[in-house]
Amino acid sequence: GKNEYDLVVVGGGSGGLACAKEAAQFGKKVAVLDYVEPSPQGTKWGLGGTCVNVGCIPKKLMHQAALLGGALKDAQHYGWNIAQPVHHTWSVMAQAVQNYVKSLNWGHRVQLQDKKVKYFNMKGSFSDPNTIRGLTQAGKETTITAENIVIATGGRPKYPAHVAGAREHGITSDDLFWLKESPGKTLGSAFLDVSLECAGFLTGIGLDSTVMMRTIPLRGFDQQMATLVTEHMESYGTKFLKRCFPTKVEKLKNNRLQVTWKNTDLGTEETDSFDTVMWAVGRAPDTETLSLERVGVKTNSETGKIIVDASEATSVPHIYAIGDITEGRPELTPTAIAAGKLLAQRLFGQSSVLMDYDNVPTTVFTPLEYGCVGLSEEAAVQCYGSDNIEVYHAYYKPLEFTVAERDATQCYMKMVCLREREQRILGLHFIGPNAGEVIQGFALGIKCGATYPQLMTTIGIHPTCAEEITKLHITKRSGLDATVTGC
Amino acid sequence: QEAAKYNKKVMVLDFVKPTPLGSSWGLGGTCVNVGCIPKKLMHQAALLGQALEDSRKFGWQLTEEVKHNWLTMTESVQNYIGSLNWGYRVALREKSVAYENAYGEFVGPHTVKATNKRGAEKLYTAERFLIATGERPRYLGIPGDKEYCISSDDLFSLPYCPGKTLVVGASYVALECAGFLAGLGLDVTVMVRSILLRGFDQDMANKIGDYMEGHGISFIRQFVPIKVEQIEEGTPGRLKVTAKSTNGSETIEGEYNTVLLAIGRDACTRTIGLDKVGVKINEKTGKIPVNDEEQTNVPHVYAIGDILEDKLELTPVAIQAGRLLVQRLYAGATRKCDYVNVPTTVFTPLEYGACGYSEEAAAETFGEENIEVYHSNFWPLEWTVPGRDNNKCYAKVICNLQDNERVIGFHVLGPNAGEITQGFAAAMKCGLTKEQLDTTIGIHPVCAEIFTTLTVTKRSGASILQAGC
Repeated sequence: GKNEYDLVVVGGGSGGLACAKEAAQFGKKVAVLDYVEPSPQGTKWGLGGTCVNVGCIPKKLMHQAALLGGALKDAQHYGWNIAQPVHHTWSVMAQAVQNYVKSLNWGHRVQLQDKKVKYFNMKGSFSDPNTIRGLTQAGKETTITAENIVIATGGRPKYPAHVAGAREHGITSDDLFWLKESPGKTLGSAFLDVSLECAGFLTGIGLDSTVMMRTIPLRGFDQQMATLVTEHMESYGTKFLKRCFPTKVEKLKNNRLQVTWKNTDLGTEETDSFDTVMWAVGRAPDTETLSLERVGVKTNSETGKIIVDASEATSVPHIYAIGDITEGRPELTPTAIAAGKLLAQRLFGQSSVLMDYDNVPTTVFTPLEYGCVGLSEEAAVQCYGSDNIEVYHAYYKPLEFTVAERDATQCYMKMVCLREREQRILGLHFIGPNAGEVIQGFALGIKCGATYPQLMTTIGIHPTCAEEITKLHITKRSGLDATVTGC
Repeated sequence: QEAAKYNKKVMVLDFVKPTPLGSSWGLGGTCVNVGCIPKKLMHQAALLGQALEDSRKFGWQLTEEVKHNWLTMTESVQNYIGSLNWGYRVALREKSVAYENAYGEFVGPHTVKATNKRGAEKLYTAERFLIATGERPRYLGIPGDKEYCISSDDLFSLPYCPGKTLVVGASYVALECAGFLAGLGLDVTVMVRSILLRGFDQDMANKIGDYMEGHGISFIRQFVPIKVEQIEEGTPGRLKVTAKSTNGSETIEGEYNTVLLAIGRDACTRTIGLDKVGVKINEKTGKIPVNDEEQTNVPHVYAIGDILEDKLELTPVAIQAGRLLVQRLYAGATRKCDYVNVPTTVFTPLEYGACGYSEEAAAETFGEENIEVYHSNFWPLEWTVPGRDNNKCYAKVICNLQDNERVIGFHVLGPNAGEITQGFAAAMKCGLTKEQLDTTIGIHPVCAEIFTTLTVTKRSGASILQAGC
């Protein structure tokens, strides 16, 4: 028989919604299934996926709240008469953020309606390669048949495996943004960017915040930059327990949490009590309840993520996967959105353009932000050899920090280039305010094959932080002082 | 400083003629003392005022209205500038560049006379000369202007709060100053003769004006002041301004504490003895025409910066031109300053970053049918929680349809416009096309990413009003 839908998307997040809406533009009959399994603590949310509900959006808003705390301190130097210190109320912020997120949930539902995409608030699983079984919260079943199926169910935070009490007493990013009351004194365990971002804004709004790391921060990122980021956080007030890992979490009589951990440097066991323990040890792909084995969609045995080719096709014809659930792809909203749109264009719009996952820019929204695109220095060295790369770098001071008497020790940038004549840029790294705004345009330049000389012929905009990128001229190799001087 | 690197014997003469009201400053020029630096710092002070308001919505407990103290700000700003003046003197000394705080003028083909503030004169000879005397604010030439009005030369060191201010002019200086004064809580009116930001993309200029008006700045359009009288002395005093309409005979009067003139700048070329060395200037504008190697009509005399005819009046352009000139003169380099696609930013309350053609210049140069304009509104995530200014920020790129949809104009209206624009300017230097824009992944969630998802063209007339994430 004929399939009901041209396309069914399982997962209403960044990738899924983008794909569905794009397909609908071609006049296709499209449906989206979205369902949020409550977290172990019972948190759930509406349509839109991780980014909107428990990722980028609430994270950046809370980061902004923390930055505003800094602005309040700066403002005094600039002549504003504010009685210091100013205190922060978690519930006011949380409610404002949650209200905004809910408006986005609503906005997505309206958009789907406008574009005539059918929306099912149901948990989807495969019955056969062209059939999805949808299950509502109440247990009601619906069968949906489709010509093409896109899996975009994303991931959920993992809990540490060998820590007693981790699941019962700890929260994750799934819960943090929806807390009605302040998390209080918080321990964040991890090495991921999200844990540093959260620890950062918690410190910024005045909470006692500690990060516990077993090994290195920001694994996968340029390590010199990662170190500068954490150094700044330390001077900013976040505490770090380095080379430690938790062994158990227990609830105390006063409802606080007692955490026990091993310090691998000293070989000792230590404990302390916290109001909240937040795990950010990685994300697991949300594939368990999809019944992928029933249709033969192959996953990576180690990560559990769905294996796809360059066209986002899985091992089963007419079944595709995009976003965080796919193996080897960056876990970023904009790549999921772009992949979803391009997939729809290939399926229904006679396009053959594939997604380019190279040189994807990204930003870590720690108190001092870190934006980057391209290769880290270590990756470049590994790829080309240290003799064949040139690294230009500079320590600079944002103009706005001068009057505010802010410490700019970790404000730093570096450009990794090939050393041979053309000096193509392999990677650009920037730590400072508004790092994302700074890096975006340069990411474009790198896509155009920008070379160091081309960047040097670009005139700077004065006074900005970004202009320092066009003035980079001290190499690491020279050993000269890389501090920017002068106007 | 660049010339000294090549072991050349170099001298710098710098002198600041006090303003009519007596303001003066140290080494460093306009940018450092009465331009970019203090402007951006005061703009930042105003932005922080807005941040205070926003912070309440983000949970910060600010119960009462917060007031601003002009003197606290000005003192901090002036202290920082003083450190820069000092830094320059140290740098010149370290590089063995001779420096004289004296007014320089040519007395012969290879001789300048330097007069210090006490009137003592010295003569110096040189093989080559570089004129980089910049400009000073223009006055209206009406009764009371020099006696009672201030300019940007006075504003940044004003020892009292300017109070209720009338800003005369529609230049970026006028709008930036009006913008931050209003942001600090002052009552500000801008008197404009005709259009805003002449020379800039007018679509963007009007959006900037609309935003300022929407945020409490009054605009009086198509009027020019004809007389400024003092009603009361003081710091500030009270001034009465009489203005005449530019179309018709209507006159209006207004009372202000301060009148800030920002109607343009005049090159400092008329009293430096250029006739003695034979350097030709444009008699009307006072600017010096140069070839593409910054050389005047006299082979051993060069000129850079704001005084150049038909060049951009920007600090980074002047710096780049100066460095490259010296490298050509003394290091055998051949590279010339590239004046194409120079990015700029206007630091009005809603900042405006631009690189390349304005829409009107593009239409004129390439033909309207040969350009495609993609545009969109956007709402910075940081403004959602405070619930302000939706659909005010704006992004626009102008593409050349006859050249692979090459991006020939980039325009952004929004926070951190300078930080955003810089990278795009670099990309445009690399020949950025619309397709490359579309295939570049955005960073989420930031304002700049809007440029990677532009789909609506002006030609289509489709709506660009924004909804959600």
